Amino acid sequence: MKAKVHVMLKDGVLDPQGEAVRHALKGLGFGGVQGVRQGKVIELDLEDGTSEATIEEMCRKLLANTVIESYRIEVL
Amino acid sequence: MRAAVLVFPGSNCDRDLATAFRAAGFETEMVWHKETSLPDRVDLVGVPGGFSYGDYLRCGAIAANSPICRALKDHAERGGFVFGPCNGFQILAETGLLPGALLRNAGLKYICRTVGLKVATTDSVFTGAYAEGEEIQIPIAHHDGNYFADADTLDRLEGEDRVAFRYSDNPNGSARDIAGILSENRRVLGMMPHPERAADAGHGGTDGQRLFAHLTEALATA
Repeated sequence: MKAKVHVMLKDGVLDPQGEAVRHALKGLGFGGVQGVRQGKVIELDLEDGTSEATIEEMCRKLLANTVIESYRIEVL
Repeated sequence: MRAAVLVFPGSNCDRDLATAFRAAGFETEMVWHKETSLPDRVDLVGVPGGFSYGDYLRCGAIAANSPICRALKDHAERGGFVFGPCNGFQILAETGLLPGALLRNAGLKYICRTVGLKVATTDSVFTGAYAEGEEIQIPIAHHDGNYFADADTLDRLEGEDRVAFRYSDNPNGSARDIAGILSENRRVLGMMPHPERAADAGHGGTDGQRLFAHLTEALATA
């Protein structure tokens, strides 16, 4: 089985990289972009039957830093 | 007095830190990240600067989960002393030994220069040699030094007098100009600047030297 973990900076945490991307888009003429948040996607190739609780634990222990990031698990 | 300096793949200030510890009088051993225990009777553990594990995933995240960091946590929980500059601070934040996290610099650039730091508290074995409010010159060299914590945590740090150093002119967007913080028991210090790079006349500055010299004195009587 496969799962995708989406990790994003929490709302309220400044994302300077997202801001830089927004400025670059504006420079290309995409003036309508009001905000950009940049995150990451982690693809996991898992043993069949791995529980969502186990994936949660992976997120809490390593994949996301919950002080600054939120995560969303997508089991494929 | 005995010190240990942890070494991760990608550490690059481990020898600088060991040199500063030794110059201050610590018998110092290097400890590889795959070890599961620290040398016996270690008083102080240095978590060095660098780019542990290539900063993969998040700065310090993989190092914080390495075998030696289990022993580091036990050492800190027993009341042992820990000093983590730069990547060391990022690792200490990732282990949860210090609150908050280090984000990408607000200006997005890697910054390598000497900055002014204000000593925010003298109530620790690390900062006791300085005068409160004194400005010292210490180099920084980081891309992810923008200290972040929620408002409650920041209020608590300030209320408990746990901000060790503040930037005189904030280079990286850190909340409330924070450059370094102490643990609740005041025995763990994490800071983005590098006192070990200002600890010898050959470095071009010696403001960091007093931190190490005072550590030796304070630990000898602790």
